[in-house]
Amino acid sequence: MRTYAGHSTAKASNELYRRNLEKGQTGLSVAFDLPTQTGYDPDDELARGEVGKVGVSISHRGDMAALMDGIPLAEMNTSMTINATAAWLLALYIVAAEDQGVSQEQLQGTTQNDIVKEFLARGTYAFPPAPSMRLIADMIAYTVEHVPKWNPINICSYHLQEAGATPVQEIAYAMSDAIAVLDAVRERVPPDRVEQVFGRISFFVNAGVRFVEEHAKLRAMSILWEELGRERYGVEDPRHLRFRYGVQVNSLGLTEAQPENNVQRIVLETLAVTLGRDARARAIQLPAWNEALGLPRPWDQQWSLRIQQVLAFETDILDYPDIFTGSEVMEGLVAEMLEGARAEMAVVAEHGGAVEAVPYMKAAMVDSQRERIRRIESGAQVVVGQNRFTESEVSPLTADAEGGILVVDPALEAEQIEAVRQWRSQRDQDAVDAALAALAALAREQHGGENLMIGTIAAARAGATTGEWARTLRGVFGSYRAPTGVGEASAAPADAELSELRGEVSRLTEQLGRRPKILVGKPGLDGHSNGAEQIAVRARDSGMDVVYEGIRLTPEQIASSALQEGVHVIGLSILSGSHRELIPAVIDALQRAGVTVPVVVGGIIPEQDVAMLERAGVAAVYTPKDFDITQIMRDIVRLVGAEAEASANGSEGVQVNGSAAVKGPASAHGSA
Amino acid sequence: MSADGAALGARLRERDLSAAPAALNLLESTTPADREQSARLLREVSPAALGAEAPGHVIGVTGPPGAGKSTLLSALLGSWRDDGKTVAMLAVDPSSRRSGGSLLGDRARIDFDPADRGVLIRSTAAGERLGGLAWATRAAAQALAAAFDVVVIETVGVGQGETEIADLADTVAVVVQPGSGDVLQFLKSGITEIPDVLVVTKADLGQIAMRTRRDLSAALRSLGASSTPVLAVSSLSPPSGIDELVQALSEHRSGLDIPARRLQARRAGALTDFAVEHGERGLRALGGRRAAAALLDAQPPDLEVPALLAVLEQALG
Repeated sequence: MRTYAGHSTAKASNELYRRNLEKGQTGLSVAFDLPTQTGYDPDDELARGEVGKVGVSISHRGDMAALMDGIPLAEMNTSMTINATAAWLLALYIVAAEDQGVSQEQLQGTTQNDIVKEFLARGTYAFPPAPSMRLIADMIAYTVEHVPKWNPINICSYHLQEAGATPVQEIAYAMSDAIAVLDAVRERVPPDRVEQVFGRISFFVNAGVRFVEEHAKLRAMSILWEELGRERYGVEDPRHLRFRYGVQVNSLGLTEAQPENNVQRIVLETLAVTLGRDARARAIQLPAWNEALGLPRPWDQQWSLRIQQVLAFETDILDYPDIFTGSEVMEGLVAEMLEGARAEMAVVAEHGGAVEAVPYMKAAMVDSQRERIRRIESGAQVVVGQNRFTESEVSPLTADAEGGILVVDPALEAEQIEAVRQWRSQRDQDAVDAALAALAALAREQHGGENLMIGTIAAARAGATTGEWARTLRGVFGSYRAPTGVGEASAAPADAELSELRGEVSRLTEQLGRRPKILVGKPGLDGHSNGAEQIAVRARDSGMDVVYEGIRLTPEQIASSALQEGVHVIGLSILSGSHRELIPAVIDALQRAGVTVPVVVGGIIPEQDVAMLERAGVAAVYTPKDFDITQIMRDIVRLVGAEAEASANGSEGVQVNGSAAVKGPASAHGSA
Repeated sequence: MSADGAALGARLRERDLSAAPAALNLLESTTPADREQSARLLREVSPAALGAEAPGHVIGVTGPPGAGKSTLLSALLGSWRDDGKTVAMLAVDPSSRRSGGSLLGDRARIDFDPADRGVLIRSTAAGERLGGLAWATRAAAQALAAAFDVVVIETVGVGQGETEIADLADTVAVVVQPGSGDVLQFLKSGITEIPDVLVVTKADLGQIAMRTRRDLSAALRSLGASSTPVLAVSSLSPPSGIDELVQALSEHRSGLDIPARRLQARRAGALTDFAVEHGERGLRALGGRRAAAALLDAQPPDLEVPALLAVLEQALG
């Protein structure tokens, strides 16, 4: 039993872990900040505003030692939510264990290490697909030999559902992903190790609130997994054939409106993965009830832990053998899922496997997500407190104006920048240079070279930083931009609302002389692009020209694009909590570029930050409670119309670089 | 309130690249006031005002989706910038027919330094018009060629209807990926015009890339176009063939009679614009397409498209 935690510095996270362990938590689950996840040091330009935000910042072995200080690593089971840089973080963990006198053979835990879902859903990749796969294969090959109790990879279907995948897509894409990984590892290990590798692969799945269907999904996955082991990889040992999975229940369905309802959603979702013993989760992580509002506090996390404890120790859920055996309904559901998943897996295979099929899968999920949102908008799918039963008494839980969320101290970033610079100045630089040069040489070897983990551990031991490790590999592998899926997304069927909106856009087009053009993008390192993608697709469906820039943009990039593309409005999405730093930085960059079009912002933005963003010049702020995207589009169209009107009438329509400039963003909202 | 077209045109003529975004905003606009300013802008960058054809090399790059155009363009962009050449790229995306809206994703796929003032990337939607080119693209290419060293027009698709790119580019490069038989068929059957340069991407695929290259060369020979270069490039590290491609593009241009090609392009463009505005009926009133073309041929060679269009409209009475 554990809760997902880790924030700010190694020291602060260490204190939190120790408190949770005292309360009866039996393992650690480490969340890293985005720079650590994507391979940048705190002082990198791209790390601005993100340091210590969604997890702990770990730059080098010193940080890892501080994170694990006083925690007995020989006994601890540590789960790390880390992917593109998983090999690096495991190396740092191995070195931290050495410091404690613990050998790598004793280490237990899991690294998420699933890159395909990063390309599909989460966006925290660091290298192109093929070398990423090689890094994963090397790491698995290494752990099977040297860290035998480690689960080197956790195939995540979790994020696929968050990104809109249907249960069938979730099963099919996760299994296809596993096949891609296993096929790659098979080339890096002796044939007699394949069975063991298969047995070490675990899954991380999602459980939604339709918990009967979700339970069927898990049963279907166990069946497919066993079949795959036997037929494709020749696995015979039943222990190795077992479908092992951990679960985090669905965050997508958690609402910002009436957030207390999330508690019962979490409980029901937990039933999906615990009710039937034949497909029961090995580990469960529960989000906090207020996750849709921001980063949970210790008390919020305690509540989630208590939910699990009540289920395990008070109810009789664990007392019986499988309660669905022989159920016609359950068997029928499972058969249906199997059929659908097999068909979809065949399509992925036709594309050349999961790595090659990333663009296809991405586009399919963007489509599913759009469908889901439209169902919620139309009321066909009920979300209590959001699109139905919305009336509410004043909540004592959120009434506090401070907001029930934990805010990371902005001074922390400066401290971390200082700390990493100090680390660099105090280490043996020659040893670091040599280790990184050796790593680069290793990476350049095309086939059958030495395992990349060897060079990675050596660099960790020498005192290299996260950014240096990643930069060295990017130098060899190149950098990469994942497909966005939006270009391929099919057009929405026009309902009355959308048709009306298209009429408005046509009128605006006449007024402007060209189609309204919107720039949609995500500043910073947060790769959760679902929201931005849905906005982009709906803007297109409304008749706008959409410049979709994707993720990981610097403020300067956004300003340059806005200027060159001649857009009428800019939509930015941030979910990592770094809006306080990044949005003003973008607005500043726009002003320097002479771009004065309105900026709207969407994301997980606490109420108390809205006024601050509006003061900074943001025309409108949208949060998860604004689930009606068509309404957002309507607002944007009117905003652009009002700006054009003001520029046509007033002397304020000054010529900035000769463009028909609109008024400054500071006054944008007032004129609407 | 309309931008000052003459001032923007003058700045472009003086190679002030910072005038380009506003110039494009204006050229894309369809309001009558903006159209008038656009005409003024184009007059400032016409051969008459420049005293010669615009110096930029206008290159059309076209090919089916997934052929690797964006990766190729990233590599070309890097190479041109290393040579100190300024580059404008107009990426033309297909629009959604149902809503009229479009998703312009190309910008994200091209690698460049956002702080580099010598690069401009602009995405436009093809709109409802056939030919795969935004109607304003031609005007944009003409205006940008006055200020930038290289102007790339990137379009999607190979097959019917993108002959328009040949009407406005000095050099047309068609990009295909290994194993794509379509292009071969289109070439053989004459659906696709013969390009000036053929590029086979993903040369790292080895065998299959080489075979595609051989097949295309053979097809070109059988069509009597054996002088059209077929180049294999790989944008993967280590990149290969990029320098050769840059060289081939530049050689094609040196072999061209630029004034003749552009003059023909402007006249064809004016005729197309006239047909769009006034339809077949308008053309008939001028005595048919041939008579209209003859009227254009009688005009001085340094007139810009709007001026030529005005000549036709005057003849209409």
